[in-house]
Amino acid sequence: MGEVVLTAAWELLNFNGVCCYPVSGFSAVIARLNAALLFVLQIFINNEWHDAVSKKTFPSVNPATGEVICQVAEGDKADVDKAVKAAKAAFQLGSPWRRMDASHRGKLLNHLADLIERDRAYLAALETLDNGKPYSVAYLVDLDMVVKCLRYFAGWSDKFHGKTIPLDGDFFCYTRHEPVGVCGQIIPWNFPLLMQAWKLGPALATGNVVVMKVAEQTPLSALYVANLVKEAGFPPGVVNIIPGYGPTAGAAISSHMEVDKVAFTGSTEVGHLIQKAAAESNLKRVTLELGGKSPNIIMSDADMDWAVEQAHFALFFNQGQCCCAGSRTYVQEDIYHEFVERSVERAKSRVVGNPFDFKTEQGPQVDEEQFKKILGYISAGKREGAKLLCGGNPAADRGYFIQPTVFGDVQDNMTIAREEIFGPVMQILKFKTIEEVIERANDSKYGLAAAVFTKDLDKANYVSQALRAGTVWINCYDVFGAQAPFGGYKASGSGRELGQYGLDAYLEVKNVTIKVPQKNS
Amino acid sequence: MKKQGSDSNPAPVNPALPEPLKDLKIKYTKIFINNEWHDSVSGKKFEVFNPATEEKICEIEEGDKADVDKAVKAARKAFELGSPWRTMDASERGRLLNKLADLVERDRLILATMETIDGGKLFSTAYLMDLGACIKTLRYCAGWADKNHGRTMPMDGNFFTFTRHEPVGVCGQIIPWNFPLVMFVWKIAPALCCGNTVVVKPAEQTPLSALYMGSLIKEAGFPPGVVNIVPGFGPTAGAAISHHMDIDKVAFTGSTEVGKLIKEAAGKSNLKRVTLELGGKSPIVIFADADLDAAVEFAHIGLFYHQGQCCIAASRIFVEEPIYDEFVRRSIDRAKKYTLGNPLLPGVQQGPQIDKEQFQKILELIESGKKEGAKLECGGGPWGNKGYFIQPTVFSNVTDDMRIAKEEIFGPVQQIMKFKTTDEVIRRANNTTYGLAAAVFTKDVDKALTFTAALQAGTVWVNCYSALSAQCPFGGFKMSGNGREMGEYGLHEYTEVKTVTIKIPQKNS
Repeated sequence: MGEVVLTAAWELLNFNGVCCYPVSGFSAVIARLNAALLFVLQIFINNEWHDAVSKKTFPSVNPATGEVICQVAEGDKADVDKAVKAAKAAFQLGSPWRRMDASHRGKLLNHLADLIERDRAYLAALETLDNGKPYSVAYLVDLDMVVKCLRYFAGWSDKFHGKTIPLDGDFFCYTRHEPVGVCGQIIPWNFPLLMQAWKLGPALATGNVVVMKVAEQTPLSALYVANLVKEAGFPPGVVNIIPGYGPTAGAAISSHMEVDKVAFTGSTEVGHLIQKAAAESNLKRVTLELGGKSPNIIMSDADMDWAVEQAHFALFFNQGQCCCAGSRTYVQEDIYHEFVERSVERAKSRVVGNPFDFKTEQGPQVDEEQFKKILGYISAGKREGAKLLCGGNPAADRGYFIQPTVFGDVQDNMTIAREEIFGPVMQILKFKTIEEVIERANDSKYGLAAAVFTKDLDKANYVSQALRAGTVWINCYDVFGAQAPFGGYKASGSGRELGQYGLDAYLEVKNVTIKVPQKNS
Repeated sequence: MKKQGSDSNPAPVNPALPEPLKDLKIKYTKIFINNEWHDSVSGKKFEVFNPATEEKICEIEEGDKADVDKAVKAARKAFELGSPWRTMDASERGRLLNKLADLVERDRLILATMETIDGGKLFSTAYLMDLGACIKTLRYCAGWADKNHGRTMPMDGNFFTFTRHEPVGVCGQIIPWNFPLVMFVWKIAPALCCGNTVVVKPAEQTPLSALYMGSLIKEAGFPPGVVNIVPGFGPTAGAAISHHMDIDKVAFTGSTEVGKLIKEAAGKSNLKRVTLELGGKSPIVIFADADLDAAVEFAHIGLFYHQGQCCIAASRIFVEEPIYDEFVRRSIDRAKKYTLGNPLLPGVQQGPQIDKEQFQKILELIESGKKEGAKLECGGGPWGNKGYFIQPTVFSNVTDDMRIAKEEIFGPVQQIMKFKTTDEVIRRANNTTYGLAAAVFTKDVDKALTFTAALQAGTVWVNCYSALSAQCPFGGFKMSGNGREMGEYGLHEYTEVKTVTIKIPQKNS
């Protein structure tokens, strides 16, 4: 199959690097992608492909056109049960996976990264087709981070050391860092491949087994990766992937009595449900990476060109569909007008269109529901008295495109300043003093990310301490790397992903104490 | 309880063993500086021999002080602030090391054949063990490249304090001839993952595989000057490194005698950081309750592996009185099974010693053993009429004061002693200037843990021997060395810690 798939991907790449695809040519490529996809549209359990127990399927839609790409098997409780059973078998004492050298787990993860690198163009095309993000971004940013993330965790696989402990008394005492066991992982649609890598990397490096539910909007790339997981040589049952819906398959995972841990990335609303389900079932460990309303503070001494560009990027990147989107831009009074003017200018120049066009900066929103929700927020903004400076409407007659939108004179109590919009809608707010802006920036139930732009060392250090957020950027935004932990304060989540901290969520610490005849230092 | 052991380990531990290359060409015989090949400044060359045949393999450019100076200059330039190497992402250093591992894997057969011809190492051992260890070590250190974390400190007062883990700088690395490639990798991999630049001097007996690695380092894409390789002799090129005023650190693996010279040179010159991995006289303590089959085999391999030319060689076997005679009998049986010969040939189990000097030294120590009253149970002399082969030799009734019980023999000569009590054997095992490795064989958990605490050695094995892996730190107590190689500990030797403190208007938790 690899040959067909790769040919299709090369056509996508070489078809026409500059212009939009003619609709007919584009459809032909999609038809070929579909043909090549036929066999991966099922549920992946035990390194094999299964129909849903119910035999049901659901459509995956191209958000650029609103057309159905293909039907995908719809996993539900019965399929989750099958997957958990497979995962448990793979995790049994004495299994190939449990007995494998830690360094070999690293080798497998590196191999998976190699395979993704090999099929990078195809995966990027698939991501664009299913999610709507610009192909150039998918290829250069998402895929690059996916490969680096897997390689990073490959390196950790034989380096998460237990300790020996100088326990009082005649004892020898040490800790074993053991995998938690069967990990349910529920991932979102905004960065389908990257979120999959963020979840698989640490879980597999530490020796866990996984039952992953991928978002119903974007199941395709994850299922393709499932195939690569098998090709890389992971034993059957170590990774199981179920496409399906939250209230059915997702709920089955979070309330499952034999899932030892659940990791979820998505909305705060669903995060509440997951934590509750864990509490009501078997007290499984929970990590959550949820929503945000991240403040981006621009002091008057900042480099204006850079701050405008970064604030624009902070909000509009990925069609505004980022949990860490800089959706409250606080600008100091004396530069407020100039900043607003330049931000509007920049938003107006943003190129919206066919995501396969290399010039495109912004594709469609992921689906009709999100599209309508965002337009609803824009209406609320206008109604509540914010000043609409540009955009505010759909950007095409088909597909879920929305114009880059900027609101000025936004007040802290407006809906658009409090709720997560998850769309290309920028809110600019004015502030006078540093104490005031810290208080206002922290006045949110969220605490995912924050940023400050200033040339003043004291201000930079002071604000970075004061902001209640899991990530603080200084004179930059959306800087991610597999080495740096990411996660939320407050209702933005629990636990951290990435970095060494990201391993903790996937480890149980076992303390072993042995009586000895005589202790010596 | 399930059976232990690696026999059913799901990881494909080793590839199938191919035949050695029949027509190995030696392409790289010059000094490697700045990713280029150089003649020696003096114009001198030295000869390299095959220890199995005593035939000359080729001539190599002989590096000396002037060449070391050139190499240090290149390494210093590659380490300048703003250089490609200094500004490179840490993860990219890891990617380059992984790439180097891929290339070593690709050229595994060439390198294993080279190692056999140049070092007298069994081809099967070179291919499976040495090359396997090289690849895994490179990949292990590749993983560390972006994980050598500094810290932020809750310092008293209105300050923000953090540490940067910076590379030490230009590292001189002097490596031995017993594991030419593995030692090369043990040195460069941690140094490079931490971002240092290196000047390596391989042993004059075995420079070939290190120079070949130079070509792979260039192919992998390391910037010029990051790795420089100067083949040559200890008193000239080696001394130039350890005395150099512009080398920030020297790492040496070799004899304790030379280790002292290195440390002295560092002290006399610029107080460069020193790590040493030196000799040993490592004890194995075998209790009467041990699994005798396993104990005999591990003790045997622990000594005879690679013709006894291992710093960790188990060269003092202490056996509990009730099983002493049986242990000796079985050890002799095991030692007599050997087929000696050209290490390239299949079926050969023991190759030659590295050179004539070592060969004569070993024979001289065997003589001293006989003279001092140890009982020669088997072997005891040279084998064949060319090449530096020595018969597998076992001495029993060895006492602690004999030379063969005190000095490092570095050859296929096993010493077996008798003991009665635990306290006695702990005292005797520790009664040495060395402290590299030690082992205990027993099924009793109390005895096992007592010995892991009591033995003065950098590595203690329980019911096994020679189990080394990139994850585990390795190094010596006492005169077996300073510092540790491998594992996370190994990074410390290649890291300078810089504390940065910034005054801030107001500290908050």
